[in-house]
Amino acid sequence: MVSMSEYAIRAENIGKLYRLGETVGNYSTFRETLTGWLRRSDKKDAADASKNDLWALRHLNFEVKQGEVLGIIGRNGAGKSTLLKVLSRVTEPTEGYAEIYGRVGSLLEVGTGFHPELTGRENIFLNGAILGMKRSEIGAKFDEIVDFSEVEQFIDTPVKRYSSGMYLRLAFAVAAHLEPEILVVDEVLAVGDAEFQRKCIGKMSDVAQEGRTVLFVSHNMSAILRLTTDTMVIEKGKMILRAPSAQAVDYYLSQGFSEAGSRQWQADEVPASAGPFKPIELRVVNAQGHEANTVRSVEPCRIEMEYEIAEPITGLRVGLYLLSTRGEYIFTTFDTDEPGQFERMTIRPAGRYVSRCTIPADLLNEGRYVIGVNASSFRIRRYFHDERALAFNVDAAGAPGTHWPEPRLGPVRPRLDWKIEMVDEQ
Amino acid sequence: MSTTKDIQKAELPVTILAPAKGLGALNLRDLWLYRELIYFMTWRDLKVRYKQTLLGASWAILRPLLTMVVFSIFFGDLAKVPSDGVPYPIFSFAALVPWGLFADAVSVAGRSLVQNRHMITKVYFPRVILPLSSILAGLVDFLIAFVILVGMMIFYKISPTVHVWTLPLFLLLALVTAAGVGLWLAALNVQYRDVAYVTPFLTQFWLFVTPIAYPASMVPEKWQLIYSLNPMAGVVEGFRWALLGTEQGAPGPMLAVSSLVAIVLLVTGMVYFRRMERNFADMV
Repeated sequence: MVSMSEYAIRAENIGKLYRLGETVGNYSTFRETLTGWLRRSDKKDAADASKNDLWALRHLNFEVKQGEVLGIIGRNGAGKSTLLKVLSRVTEPTEGYAEIYGRVGSLLEVGTGFHPELTGRENIFLNGAILGMKRSEIGAKFDEIVDFSEVEQFIDTPVKRYSSGMYLRLAFAVAAHLEPEILVVDEVLAVGDAEFQRKCIGKMSDVAQEGRTVLFVSHNMSAILRLTTDTMVIEKGKMILRAPSAQAVDYYLSQGFSEAGSRQWQADEVPASAGPFKPIELRVVNAQGHEANTVRSVEPCRIEMEYEIAEPITGLRVGLYLLSTRGEYIFTTFDTDEPGQFERMTIRPAGRYVSRCTIPADLLNEGRYVIGVNASSFRIRRYFHDERALAFNVDAAGAPGTHWPEPRLGPVRPRLDWKIEMVDEQ
Repeated sequence: MSTTKDIQKAELPVTILAPAKGLGALNLRDLWLYRELIYFMTWRDLKVRYKQTLLGASWAILRPLLTMVVFSIFFGDLAKVPSDGVPYPIFSFAALVPWGLFADAVSVAGRSLVQNRHMITKVYFPRVILPLSSILAGLVDFLIAFVILVGMMIFYKISPTVHVWTLPLFLLLALVTAAGVGLWLAALNVQYRDVAYVTPFLTQFWLFVTPIAYPASMVPEKWQLIYSLNPMAGVVEGFRWALLGTEQGAPGPMLAVSSLVAIVLLVTGMVYFRRMERNFADMV
């Protein structure tokens, strides 16, 4: 009946259409639909409607072999998360056809259906059933799940009395024991702290080593390089490259940056979840005060992030990542790193802001660097995140050691204090 | 190749599914695969409902009982509404028990998708499980209330008629009607939150067009057929007929119309639900 296949996923011409006019992700009232119908009878508006159509995915053809670990990369809003939603059947594609061999599990779904009034034990069974496990299967793994979650003594306590850490551990324990044939990990949306995310990644590589299929969506290029063999680059809902990961990451990081020293965010590049935070522009400004694509290593430069806050945000920090073009982090910095500054900015009122960061002279080596942006409230919420917002070049002319025309290793090129002291005269 | 023992093939649809196709293999097969989830969700609904209430399951008894008292005083004693030859309290209670099942099922099922939106946007499972399990949870309340009904019959020394075996059929009719209406409301509620405001009004209105406080025989002959378009009229009259042996004969033609309407409601509800299901996660 079913021909066994060496494929885990075969997708043909997958497309997902969102009608922006119909208020995506929002319910409507009956009145709005009525007025919508009236307007739709108008031919001019019918043409307008197609203008509001957004193909979050279009003409996607790909295959994933069983046991393959496939990376998926692309900018915010490129369609990565929509693709995972379609593949895990949360939402149906508008067009196309896909075959999925096996159960699809996700480390995103942790705690789905958890009910605060129910005990840990009850929630394990409920959550397992929601994730598609049989009762016998959950029963067989129950002890293992409890062990893994480390909440054994509270297993008969309602989870509303759990700390958030215990809650997350229990939820993750269930998801991790689902053992799906295909595991989907969307690191972009992963909840929890760094520790938890490490746990996710750890579980993912275990699964991959067991020979099961993994789809890994991430903005973290070094994780992609470390964990995946092949990677798909998605841009505006289309697959623009599928190649061995090293090649795909290289392509992704080196293309698409304009040569300008600034980056503006269009409305469709900002996810709705960014909420009150709205990024406007990121720019690199040289020592002379001009926007620049190339700055000198021996002069200070500024990185400026301009943004708007629609309503006051508590504990907001706006920060930058500096990365190499291979995706390695060089440093992370936030505008409220100074405790004094943080105190003053406990609640950041609504308004338009520029956060300026000065990169001191004699810090960076020559080369090309990528700036990532992060706006978050620690342990509360990540508003906005773009790990490759802008790239710029550093020119090393005049930097220490440039009288030797050789490339220096390492991303920093500090001017350090050397003393040469003769300790003994011949 | 042979190592993939547990692997089943799941298909995503080629294009928009025709309703018949959507109701076919895909949905029912999945429903079967997820049958344990129906049990778990029903169990969760029950557990959660009574976990933080003071009187717990006694609400299942108190509500129809208090309504019966009010009806008996105002309709039975004061307005002198006829009750087909049985004492008014048991006349109305025999109707309130199946009615309560229906009214609760409709309102809980109507809310079920929106209330569980965090699940819908994150995991796949046959969405129909949500309204279905909330209707099934109502069955427990029904059974508790039914025990009281039996107690009242003993008190009034009324023994069930020989037709009592038909009772499960009337119960089934009530469930089919509730499922049909519940599916419609649940799916509509995802797109139009107006449903949340309409539902209480709908059940209240429906209560009055169902022979609960009064006998169906009060309705003039020429309106009887139209009246029986309401499947709950058939259910309520059927309960009285089978349990209390009210003077009404077997609700034959009325029942046929009621059943037909109930089936139409269920089938159209399923088709509509299935049609909307593909986009619930995007809209809810």
